[in-house]
Amino acid sequence: MNTWALLPIAVVILGFALRQHPARVILMAALVAAAVGGMQPLQALEEIGDSFLKARFLLVIVLALPVIAVVEAHGLRELARQWIVSRGNWMPGRLLTLYLLIRQVAAALGLTSLGGHAQMVRPLVAPMAEAAAEARCPDLPDSTRQRVKATSAATDNVGLFFGEDIFIAFGAVLLMQAFFAERGVELTPLSIALWGIPTAILAFAIHAFRLWRLDRQLAAEARSAGHGPRDGAAP
Amino acid sequence: MSLTPLYWLIGLFLAVTSWRAASDGQGPRAWARAALYGCLAILFLAGDVLPRALVGGLVLVVAVLAGFLVPAQVAVRSTAPARPRGGSRLLWPILFIPALTLLLSFGLPHVQGAAGPIFTAQSAALYGLALACVLSLVLACRVTREAPISATLRGADLLESIGWAVMLPLLLAMLGSLFAKAGVAQALAQAMGTLLPLDRAYVAVLAYGLGMAALTMAMGNAFAAFPVIAGGIGLPYLVQVHGADPAPLAAIGMLCGYCGTLLTPMAANFNLVPAALLELKDRNGVIAAQVGTALPLLAGNLILLGLFCW
Repeated sequence: MNTWALLPIAVVILGFALRQHPARVILMAALVAAAVGGMQPLQALEEIGDSFLKARFLLVIVLALPVIAVVEAHGLRELARQWIVSRGNWMPGRLLTLYLLIRQVAAALGLTSLGGHAQMVRPLVAPMAEAAAEARCPDLPDSTRQRVKATSAATDNVGLFFGEDIFIAFGAVLLMQAFFAERGVELTPLSIALWGIPTAILAFAIHAFRLWRLDRQLAAEARSAGHGPRDGAAP
Repeated sequence: MSLTPLYWLIGLFLAVTSWRAASDGQGPRAWARAALYGCLAILFLAGDVLPRALVGGLVLVVAVLAGFLVPAQVAVRSTAPARPRGGSRLLWPILFIPALTLLLSFGLPHVQGAAGPIFTAQSAALYGLALACVLSLVLACRVTREAPISATLRGADLLESIGWAVMLPLLLAMLGSLFAKAGVAQALAQAMGTLLPLDRAYVAVLAYGLGMAALTMAMGNAFAAFPVIAGGIGLPYLVQVHGADPAPLAAIGMLCGYCGTLLTPMAANFNLVPAALLELKDRNGVIAAQVGTALPLLAGNLILLGLFCW
């Protein structure tokens, strides 16, 4: 067994644990991996170049940036904020739970493009959640604001990951089927996809529970800061 | 259809960003930022015709620029317009992107050329997104009455404010391929096989589920981890020795890997890019917000594996 092959993983873990700059960690781990893999310098460069070129499709999303930048410059976030405030007592957790449900169901139906961090979370979801938190808690502490924004992104991820796996034509389902078929175990994509459902339900339950707790904590913060619910109906 | 025209479009946008950074005389390290986006633009515009070793060299230059020379936060130039325009119609371009992407990713595979369909499912999804972005930009310019070039410059400023995080997914894909060449994942699966008593069913279940999560965290990608763990532990031990049902084993095992994706900075496009997009102070803020979901879910998955595989 080639124990040295574990060295690049150790570099990655150590680098991120010491909170080094990700690009430096990747650079270091790449050099170590090339050395451990016994690659000649030229061969390593070719491998690096080849794999980078194949991954270029990951950057297609930057084409959405001009659209987002121009509508934001003309006040989209303010619009999202006003819309939430005019809806009354929406709490950020409840809003995000609704988004989680939509994102997860859409992904399970194969509609993974309904969402995404650049297209949806930055221009709409996060500003709406932030505005909802502000409406409840006018002097929102910055740590809470950061948490609400981070939770918006987390909600998009959870909805996508634990929804798309139920869709039978999704890459992961076909990958698993092909893996077992090559080794003489025949599985139908449907059977694999159906076994994703229990985890999907569990993921929704756990994340929705955490969003509910976020709302409770916000309400507690608002009370301790002396702001009651906006309708003022104290028990 | 090859993706090359798509790469040219992205390359042009990166070139605009590079030029924009270079002409930002007051900003910090303008030359390094210009060089970073310039190198990326070359990789997108001419990557296919350059010698592979030169491409690899440029990738390393990009990594060095991003890691050592480009400031982490670039204060974005003031992009506030003189008069906001558009009102609630500002929503249209934003909702237009997903709607059109969806339509095109289903429609494009049916477009027939001289030699059969022009687009595969993957290229249709990517061209669908790109076309949706371009058409939405036209719509956004009409709604806000901005010129396309000034909208593109605003986009370039936004790209710079996201900064190096945006290219991390590409660098990580490069690292993943080097890991594969060096046999990193196999070594890990072997080490687990030798060190753990996998002839006990519950140890094998734990090793399989936790191994999927851990290897996904190390590689940043559950798809890369699955063949290794399923081939090293799942099939030889759980299915062949302990008689587990392969369908739930595969599905829930992959979802254990997804729990790992929620926990690792290696999955940059899900965890680090959004932190930059939302201007979070903590680069790992999104991961921190996901720990409370990922860990209980991983535990739940391990229980589900035990329940459903036998």
